[in-house]
Amino acid sequence: MTESQTSTTEGSATETFEPLIITFCCNWCSYAGADLAGTSRLQYPENIRIIRVMCSGMVHPNLIIEALSKGADGVLMLGCHPGDCHYLDGNLRAQARVEAIELLLDDLGIERERFRLEWVSAAEGPRFVEVIKGMIKQIKEVGPSPYKQ
Amino acid sequence: MISLTIDNRKIEVEEGLNVLQAAGKLGIKIPTLCYHESLKPYGACRVCLVELIWPRSSNIQASCVFPVQEGLVVRTNTERVLKTRRMMLELLLARCPDVPRIKEMAREMGVKESRFTKKNDGCILCGLCTRVCQERMGVGAINFINRGSDRKISPPYDKYSEICITCGACKVVCPTDAVDLSKVTLNKPKSIKSEFDANLAQRSSIYIPYPQAVPKVPVIDRHTCMYFLKDVCKSCENFCEANAINYDQKDETKELDVGAVILSPGFELFDANLKQEFGFGRYPNVISSLQFERVLSASGPYLGQILRSSDQKHPRKIAFIQCVGSREVDRNYCSSVCCMYATKEAIIAKEHEPDLECHIFYIDLRAFGKGFEQYYERAKELGVKYTRCRPSAVREVPATKNLILSYYPDDSEEKKDEEFDMVVLSCGLNPPAGARDMAKLFNVELNKDGFCRTGKFTPVETSRSGIYACGPFVEPKDIPETVMEASGAASKAMGLLTEARGTLVAKREYPAEKKVEGEEPRVGVFVCHCGKNIGGIADVPSIRDYAKSLPNVVYTEDNLYTCSSDTQKKIKDMIKEHNLNRVVVASCTPRTHEALFRNTCREAGLNPYLFEMANIRDHNTWVHMKEPEKATAKAKDLVRIAVAKARVLEPLQNRFLKIVHDALVIGGGLSGMSAALDLANQGFTTHLVERTGELGGNMKHIYYLVDEKYEPQKELLSIIEQVRNHSHIKLYLSSNVKTIEGSMGNFKTTVETQGGDVEFKHGTVIVATGAEEYKPKEYLYGQDSMVITQVQFEEKIARQLLSKSPGSNPSSKKQELVATSLPAGQVGNPDLGSVNSVTMIQCVGSRDKEHPYCSRICCSMAVKNAMKFKKLKPAADVYVLYRDIRTYGFNEVYYRQAREAGVIFLRYKDDEKPEVARTNGKLTVTMNDPILRKKIALNTDLVVLSAGTAPIPGNEELAKKLKVPLNQDKFFLEAHMKLRPVDFSTDGVYLSGLAHSPKNVDESIVQSCGAASRAATILAQDIIELDAIVSEVIDANCDGCAYCIDPCPYHALILTEYMKEGSIKKTVERDLALCKGCGVCQATCPKAGIVVNNFKLSQLMEMVNATLEPQE
Repeated sequence: MTESQTSTTEGSATETFEPLIITFCCNWCSYAGADLAGTSRLQYPENIRIIRVMCSGMVHPNLIIEALSKGADGVLMLGCHPGDCHYLDGNLRAQARVEAIELLLDDLGIERERFRLEWVSAAEGPRFVEVIKGMIKQIKEVGPSPYKQ
Repeated sequence: MISLTIDNRKIEVEEGLNVLQAAGKLGIKIPTLCYHESLKPYGACRVCLVELIWPRSSNIQASCVFPVQEGLVVRTNTERVLKTRRMMLELLLARCPDVPRIKEMAREMGVKESRFTKKNDGCILCGLCTRVCQERMGVGAINFINRGSDRKISPPYDKYSEICITCGACKVVCPTDAVDLSKVTLNKPKSIKSEFDANLAQRSSIYIPYPQAVPKVPVIDRHTCMYFLKDVCKSCENFCEANAINYDQKDETKELDVGAVILSPGFELFDANLKQEFGFGRYPNVISSLQFERVLSASGPYLGQILRSSDQKHPRKIAFIQCVGSREVDRNYCSSVCCMYATKEAIIAKEHEPDLECHIFYIDLRAFGKGFEQYYERAKELGVKYTRCRPSAVREVPATKNLILSYYPDDSEEKKDEEFDMVVLSCGLNPPAGARDMAKLFNVELNKDGFCRTGKFTPVETSRSGIYACGPFVEPKDIPETVMEASGAASKAMGLLTEARGTLVAKREYPAEKKVEGEEPRVGVFVCHCGKNIGGIADVPSIRDYAKSLPNVVYTEDNLYTCSSDTQKKIKDMIKEHNLNRVVVASCTPRTHEALFRNTCREAGLNPYLFEMANIRDHNTWVHMKEPEKATAKAKDLVRIAVAKARVLEPLQNRFLKIVHDALVIGGGLSGMSAALDLANQGFTTHLVERTGELGGNMKHIYYLVDEKYEPQKELLSIIEQVRNHSHIKLYLSSNVKTIEGSMGNFKTTVETQGGDVEFKHGTVIVATGAEEYKPKEYLYGQDSMVITQVQFEEKIARQLLSKSPGSNPSSKKQELVATSLPAGQVGNPDLGSVNSVTMIQCVGSRDKEHPYCSRICCSMAVKNAMKFKKLKPAADVYVLYRDIRTYGFNEVYYRQAREAGVIFLRYKDDEKPEVARTNGKLTVTMNDPILRKKIALNTDLVVLSAGTAPIPGNEELAKKLKVPLNQDKFFLEAHMKLRPVDFSTDGVYLSGLAHSPKNVDESIVQSCGAASRAATILAQDIIELDAIVSEVIDANCDGCAYCIDPCPYHALILTEYMKEGSIKKTVERDLALCKGCGVCQATCPKAGIVVNNFKLSQLMEMVNATLEPQE
């Protein structure tokens, strides 16, 4: 839980539940898409914290497991659309790991819905916002992380 | 400095500010109507009321006219303040019940209805207009007149002002849009149209010319700025917090010594005003294609919404009219790009609004570029309508401003009138304004249309040596060809400047790097206000103070602009003063500013990789503008996460690659030879590998060009001669590339020659392996000797010309050349003596299911051969059966000439291919003529098939060796279709000629020179510096499981073994030159045996943990 959430998580649990979602953005497409959302002044809820990586393909499954087992309510991984990867096919490698990650989540009793992989290009500011809002909605439905400290 | 408290927040501000300004610095917004930064406050509207809290009392004051005082306590949102403001709004609303801004403000404050008597006025008497006119413009054309309820704004004596300068400042500042200049003066105002928005929008006198401007800073238009015109205003100075406005900048004249000049002034769009029949300029909803491009743009006049100019409504039906200012008697050329840009605009428009109807009216649809035919097909699938008809005029329906077009739908006899909401004119490309002056200045020739004259075999050389030209200044062309030509011109210039290469480069010196290994992290955090972009929303001082509380942070400060040069210096000073060994900047995005700050660190002796950024603007204040508290809290989180990573950052050294200066060119056709010659002329040893026994490739079969002044075989012989005799070219004939190892700067290649294998090292590769003529399976080809291809036809004509030229001297040089180049074996019927009618069929092996691409050159080739044959036998019948004639650019001239010479062009429909049959010894071609709507049969002596260009079968094998991709059609695929047309995505490997896509002689030469130019950017360097963000094998952790090897997209990893303490240790080795740092290996490794520097799993883990850290 972070500072911005302390005020809102007090009170009745589900009504005011504001999830914390760690978002891995690749440097070339989705991070730029997030920048574009900013430049275009598109407004979205503040529930996400973006961690920049060079490619969605570099995000180790352990990183996702660590985040979710230490209390993140959700993890969103954003990469370039297939065919657009700056590193030829790093994004497809990321996609190939999704199933393994989901199995690991099952083992830990973490809902699969807490993790999601999506493609957002550098030109898709509106889509970035749409994906973020969708993920927040999804996590709100799942509820707070059982691992929340 | 004066300290005061506003809404329980303390702030220190300079003396002389008012309470409204002080609140602004805290990001507290106080509503106001009559306050303006560049004018003296006046306190007229009374909306900015605040409550001043004194020890024993409080009172309500207009904040804009109350100066700050030491210890002042201000409340901006007490019930008393809000109640009084509501009363003010009620009064204003009574006066101006219909002004949107007042209504909106009233609604926001909870005022629904005014209890006072309504008066229908637009003016709230705030006096902004009179103040700006007097204070800023020094004119005083308007002022308050009368008293009491009759008070109003007017010119003196209520008469038209004669002194008004129509600057429009009064209109701009008016909060209620109540100023009507036509009631103030009879002087005519001039609106300033935005050039970038193609006059669809207005701009101010100080403006950023376009969103991608470099540098992206505003400029002042001296022709419209009131300061430059009348020595008044200077308002912008007041707004600029960075004090960056400089009115004293002057144009400078600089003298440069140069060895070569490249002219690339671009083009100008055809002025649609010259086509009055389409109503451009008269009918608001007829716009040019460039204007429509702006309409579609998110940064355009309607922010990406498709709206009509007349009523700002969404159109439902748009018509595009092609060839406006192209393919006509005055401008007898095709602009080459309009068919595709219209298609693109139609697709994008439909993406914006799927129900929109887009209807393109064209003559021939010229989708001849790489991938264009498929794009055109996609447009049709998406529902873009294409009609082959050119409407002759556009009429407007006055009531609706809709537009009526008359046309014949799809070859029908019935004329149809159709109403459209909007018409887009696909305007052609003209030579740039000023081209004639430029030509005069540089003493270069232009052609009759005003484009720069160059040669087919010297496509970037102007008529004056040392001066080169590129882009649409030479001929209308698309982006890829422009980029190729630009590189080609650079290559030619570099050939002249070889000796001077690198002599003007100033090397940047950096201080010695200080050692930080083993030191406790000492982090400095710099938080940026970014003017009001961050500071206007989030509480920057509190973010700064929070940063101070984080572990290892020893220094913090906040800056108005952290990227300004004075702050850069400050950062360097602080690194030294506080012995900082990590720097965090919390500001904007690393994608634009990381390089700048890394360089700052480096200049202060700190390793540039000990820097981290927190993006608290693009990802925070800009996207949470209405939640300042949440934005502040999130910014703190982002700073904490950045500091967590900074603490574990490690110094990294950039990689240095030694470059082998030799080049490899694969393919000895026109492209390969042109590339090799350019490289050799620049001084690089070039290995030229040709699989056949002789140089020349497809060029050997070109005996004449449509422009008769050229002698292709003579040119070819001269090029072959130069290649053979060049001291820097090593030629390998009848040879094949066997293996290529290594990467940019350091390739090692084995070539299989007749004399055995040869191995050499080189720094770059150019692929120029060409293509071949498609071998037709259709139209009796191969079965009937009188059915031949265009290449075979050309050979026959050349032979016939040779035997026919009466009284010619058999030893004439020209004849000799043609004679020697003609093949010994003869194709089909030996001569054309008995041939009196020829029927050509276009698109054989192009634009069909098997070959979905357009072969680009066949239309021009058919025109060329048809004209040549007509010249040989003027009485002969020549028919060309086509789908679209794609004689783009200046080839259009010859299409017209061919028709004038009597060549008959007959169109057949895509799904009604002609049929060729031989019955009773007669060759007959039958087809459906869509215009006559009849089946016609042509008895013909000869059928010539315009066979397409096919990729060579060897492409796949070579692509594998080079690890580069092919496209669906099996041509080589470049790194970027538009912007990097000669590069592969693999560094150090380039592409040219037919191996890329079908193209003609000059285009092949251009691309080859472009490829040579791109290769030379690598070869000219001794050492190349590469980013340090690459993977690193941790040998101690690696157990040689090899999981990482296959996924690596760059094949940069190999499994090796070595002896360790008497046993075999398996480990992975990483090729530094191949690795690009994507980190796929890192995510695959179960043992942390391979990591990516700067993005190590452990470093990312710190960031995750910092994100989840519980906060007080």
